Amino acid sequence: MWFTERAYHHVPEDEVLKRRSFFGVPNTFFDPAKGAVLLNQYLDEKIYTDELGFDGVMLNEHHGTPFCMGAVMDVEAAVLARATKRVKIVLLGNPIPTVANPLRLAEELAMIDMISGGRLVPGWVRGAGSEQLANNSNPAYNREYFDEAHDLIMAAWTRPGPFRWEGKHFHYRFVNPWVLPLQKPHPPIWIPGLISPETVKWCAAHKYPYVALATMLGPTLEMWDMYTTEAARHGYQAGPENFGYLQPIFVHETEEQADALGRNFLFGGGFANFARPEWMFPPGYNSREATRRLASLYSNPNLPGKTLIPQHLHSLKDIAAIKRAVYDNYDSAKESLQIITGTPKTVLPKLRKVLEVLRPGIFSFWLDGPAPREDRMTCLRLLGTEVMPAVREIGKELGLSGPFEVSPGSRPLPSSGRPDRVGSPEALQAL
Amino acid sequence: MAEKGFTEEKVRVGDTDLQVLKLGTGKPLLVMHGEMGFSGLLKWHTALAAKRTLHIPLHPGFGKTPQASWIMNVRDLGAFYARYIREQKLTPVDVIGFSLGGWLAAEMATANSGQFNKMVLVGAAGLRPPTGEIMDMFTRTARNFLNENVVDYQNTPEFSSLFGGEQTPAQYEEWEEARAETARIAWAPYMFTQSMEHLLANVAGLPTLLVWGKQDPVVPLSVAELYHQRIAGSKLVTFDKCGHMPEIEKSAEFIKEVESFLG
Repeated sequence: MWFTERAYHHVPEDEVLKRRSFFGVPNTFFDPAKGAVLLNQYLDEKIYTDELGFDGVMLNEHHGTPFCMGAVMDVEAAVLARATKRVKIVLLGNPIPTVANPLRLAEELAMIDMISGGRLVPGWVRGAGSEQLANNSNPAYNREYFDEAHDLIMAAWTRPGPFRWEGKHFHYRFVNPWVLPLQKPHPPIWIPGLISPETVKWCAAHKYPYVALATMLGPTLEMWDMYTTEAARHGYQAGPENFGYLQPIFVHETEEQADALGRNFLFGGGFANFARPEWMFPPGYNSREATRRLASLYSNPNLPGKTLIPQHLHSLKDIAAIKRAVYDNYDSAKESLQIITGTPKTVLPKLRKVLEVLRPGIFSFWLDGPAPREDRMTCLRLLGTEVMPAVREIGKELGLSGPFEVSPGSRPLPSSGRPDRVGSPEALQAL
Repeated sequence: MAEKGFTEEKVRVGDTDLQVLKLGTGKPLLVMHGEMGFSGLLKWHTALAAKRTLHIPLHPGFGKTPQASWIMNVRDLGAFYARYIREQKLTPVDVIGFSLGGWLAAEMATANSGQFNKMVLVGAAGLRPPTGEIMDMFTRTARNFLNENVVDYQNTPEFSSLFGGEQTPAQYEEWEEARAETARIAWAPYMFTQSMEHLLANVAGLPTLLVWGKQDPVVPLSVAELYHQRIAGSKLVTFDKCGHMPEIEKSAEFIKEVESFLG
């Protein structure tokens, strides 16, 4: 499938870098006329992926940031439900703790599933720390909101109404949504994440595929193992259908053109500069265990694991120096396959490596960074016509079953009771 | 680990093991700590402990006392403490509350002013400021918030001894616990109860001292003035060149005023 944030690229890069954060850039920099052009362009791209034969288009949601204008992802999903014919509409994910009314969300999603003819794949996220601030959703109850809203939505979709819901955080006298998803018992659910162990285990317990969002291969494999162990505790063998991966990839007619696109991925510091630590980790957002882990890294508690921005960036004062530090990291990001660039011919061996290591049943291409519309469309066309068919062949050859071929959680455990590993540390070692 | 300079005991309150620090001898003084938790022994503790037994409960969820998941706002916490002081036979007790702890004491007084003998509110939150805003601690790191509490964090000796130097992992954890529990009970409306202003009439007759820094950047002086106006007979003492921590920033004057008020 294919994914892009719906970035607003007309903010000067220095405005982001000087704040060390996309979140918090004042919206006086936003021009709705320019935003409207971009939003429609992003929708057109997704419609084009449908024509190109992609299996899915992936949407996400962020608030209060030029990093992504998709503040109400379900609106975009509703447009795509009608304007596309074949692609799955994959929402990774709805930040359910920030939605004050989960029942309304259940209704929105049911309508999207109906309009699309049963092509919706909803997913849930806790939402980044900054999303809690943007929605004034109490971060200290984030996990509790998440769990209860999830249970309520699933109940609304599957339990005959009307019924009553008296939870800790949500209270309804009359749960009886008239619109219900077309897919039964409910649409398939996938969960994206940035390798939070709590989420990985929760996914395994619910048999939900876990989609790692462009995380480093080593730690990602560790999460696969954690999922697989937890899945075995719940009595099943995890397979490729339980795992997904989001891969930043930039394809063009020449290496140079592809590189120009790839470099743009680091615009403003990229994903690693999403928000400042105080906004990424509002009070109580992290579990006690996660806080303990962070305490040992407290000097730079940005994203877990290695980021695209060097650790010392936060101490730099001069914008030019920050910019250099960001873009100097480009080559090493390519080397570790966090970013893949090239022509269709040259990206395939690199993609094969990622697929051999992680063995995911769900695979998404991610294109981002400011770039002319024509270049983005070229990238999409080459991905759709040349890269994707070859990736499908590699998938077949490696036996990477997707969740629509093998139902996640349906594989029995080996007779030993010990689960087989899904990813390949040997392939990682060989890199 | 026991808090340096204090004795520490565990008191069962309902389902919760409340950790209470104690210091001194004499008539009890209930001390309600603020939103960043209890940070350590200060001069004013030692001074008041000469004639008083300080009872400093560590609020549930702030680290040492386990979280009580049913406590979801400051009034719930006040009801919890009403049970504690009743069961410990402390009522009517003198109380001093700082910032969030001041709000807590004020809530308890509006519910039942008879449970207190005298009340001291220091930079107390709890009311919507008629002018200005209560500083948002949740969009700042713990360290930055603390530094902004006082007028001059680099030249306030007791501040430096508590919070100065490199932030340690243990501090990070403690402060995150405190911030999390404060968020659980005071996220929205942030740091005030809409109705309390109207209930402060219930506090009439309770001798009340309000202590504020004139430059308090966290809870603006307008809140002190509103408390003063709504609690008949209350006394307002303000210190110049002083922020949100008069007990540290103006330690000697603070001790004098509080001792003189409590008698």
